[in-house]
Amino acid sequence: MSPKTLYDKIWDAHVAHEAEDGTCLLYIDRHLVHEVTSPQAFEGLRMANRSVHAPDKTIAVPDHNVPTTLDRANAKTMTEDSRVQVEALDKNAKEFGLHYYPVSDVRQGIVHIVGPEQGWTLPGMTVVCGDSHTATHGAFGSLAHGIGTSEVEHVLATQTLIQKKSKNMKVEITGKLRPGVTAKDITMSVIGETGTAGGTGYVIEYCGEAIRDLSMEGRMTVCNMAIEGGARAGLIAPDQTTYDYCMGRPHAPKGAAWEAAVAYWKTLFTDEGAHFDKVITLKGEDIAPSVTWGTSPEDVLPITAVVPSPTDYQGGKVEAVQRSLDYMGLTPGMPLSEIEIDTVFIGSCTNGRIEDLRAAAAILKGKKIKDGLRAMIVPGSGLVRAQAEEEGLADIFKEAGFEWRLAGCSMCLAMNPDQLAEGERCASTSNRNFEGRQGYKGRTHLVSPGMAAAAAITGKLTDVREMM
Amino acid sequence: MDKFETLTGIAAPMPLVNIDTDMIIPKQFLKTIKRSGLGANLFDEMRFDRQGNEIADFVLNKPQYREAEILVAGDNFGCGSSREHAPWAIKDFGIRCVIAPSYADIFYNNCFKNGILPIVLPQEQVDAVMKDAEKGANARVSIDLNAQTVTLSDGEVFSFEVDSFKKHCLMNGLDDIGLTLEKVDSVKAFEAKASAARPWV
Repeated sequence: MSPKTLYDKIWDAHVAHEAEDGTCLLYIDRHLVHEVTSPQAFEGLRMANRSVHAPDKTIAVPDHNVPTTLDRANAKTMTEDSRVQVEALDKNAKEFGLHYYPVSDVRQGIVHIVGPEQGWTLPGMTVVCGDSHTATHGAFGSLAHGIGTSEVEHVLATQTLIQKKSKNMKVEITGKLRPGVTAKDITMSVIGETGTAGGTGYVIEYCGEAIRDLSMEGRMTVCNMAIEGGARAGLIAPDQTTYDYCMGRPHAPKGAAWEAAVAYWKTLFTDEGAHFDKVITLKGEDIAPSVTWGTSPEDVLPITAVVPSPTDYQGGKVEAVQRSLDYMGLTPGMPLSEIEIDTVFIGSCTNGRIEDLRAAAAILKGKKIKDGLRAMIVPGSGLVRAQAEEEGLADIFKEAGFEWRLAGCSMCLAMNPDQLAEGERCASTSNRNFEGRQGYKGRTHLVSPGMAAAAAITGKLTDVREMM
Repeated sequence: MDKFETLTGIAAPMPLVNIDTDMIIPKQFLKTIKRSGLGANLFDEMRFDRQGNEIADFVLNKPQYREAEILVAGDNFGCGSSREHAPWAIKDFGIRCVIAPSYADIFYNNCFKNGILPIVLPQEQVDAVMKDAEKGANARVSIDLNAQTVTLSDGEVFSFEVDSFKKHCLMNGLDDIGLTLEKVDSVKAFEAKASAARPWV
């Protein structure tokens, strides 16, 4: 038998039907659902008199536009249209019999944090959600990608997706990371290398010593941003770190089923000599704490660099860079570490897990944020929040001057009231620095949690290594 | 779903790379529970100022492009989120075809589910279509999905590739779910086999 990649193995285990032209029905093991991209899909089912094929494999949680302020139990803090969307999810989850974590449940949070936390996401599975950051779940060695609402409806009705196999890319990060360098810096540096369209048409497998050394939280951060490089899915082969994370989670198998599952998971790796269509290798020691300066995630540089000039680029990117600099209010040649900020946001499905909060707390302990700065920490789930309180992290944040919020997507996409005002500049641990992403004419610099914490103290983009 | 066979119409030029889904339809318009009506907010933050007045030099506000049915754009069109609100807004505005050198995967798929044809052409051919589009309303571009051709106003013809299954569905306005439900026996057989092999799933 010819050697297979991890992607080949998961794909082969999920093909329910293959047509002559290679179009497949890929069986879906877990379907995650949130309030923004699902109402039209449920409405479609109703109109066609169809039911949900596998409600026991369908998990719903509101996250995108729920308020994160402490008074959110009071529905008045939600806008009318947000409330209608959340209520539609409440109703659909109940009517179709889905697993559901409502806003009032302590387990509620960002769908990509709740899924792994509750043990819904396990190695070797296929996972989809009407959200591009579904790539996060690839950290477990599960094939996970975002889908549109029509495909949400298709999965609800059939538990399958119509798919053709993607190409396969290997991204290897060799050796060790230097102090102050994190999973966020790895994933942003890879995008800097490939560009935001470099991964289009590919499923990426991340490997190498620096990836193996990451915790599950770090691996989720890496895979989360696979989509920002254009890849629908990122994968990391499961290992002992993965099994240890999954063990004992509410929906992970137990007893003999656990043993059988682990035995199967141990077969999920890329065989020696398997073919990749593209290979990229970065040295872990070459990766620096990174920051974005423009309005595309590919606009990334080490914090020690200066703002580039449009003349550094070619083709369509020349105009795009000029547009980005105008939007961001930056001048070529300015050191990135001199850019002053108004706001710090720590949270999101990229960096809203406990390890991220620990990294921020390590920098913030005993310090204060700069006068006049707005800083908020939005934990990725109610359980992350509870754990951070138990570990004393919440006290560190509050004493430093951060707002300590309830769980949700918050200022990552600013669908709830957590937004930047026009012209405000934010150091953000989220995943997209698009125009208007965090608020109309808001300016976003993507960074790791430690870098965000450092920026909160100094009031400008700061090399976290100076604070360690 | 609406069928797509042929289209002759005005092409609007947007010579920008990385036009993302947040530009196509900003998040404040994702709070709808319907698929319709989003055309009014297509490219909202590029098209209108904060008071809701049209920004005159934005392409779709120019008199010659207000009735555009084709959009010509740069690399990596539709990057970013999975929001199907992006193709819904494009379609609702009246655009049925996008021409670009490349697209983000999820957006590309979403188009076919909504009767929109996303055409991929090499950069130099996109440049030629862009130049034609810049002539304004008198320059009409023709698309023939069956023949897989784009014909410019001067008669120059470019061929494009499209997946045969996606083409078949788009030309016939087929409902994917209906097609898949015809294969429900295969799905059930797969489920029986998979639950024996991986009972913990």
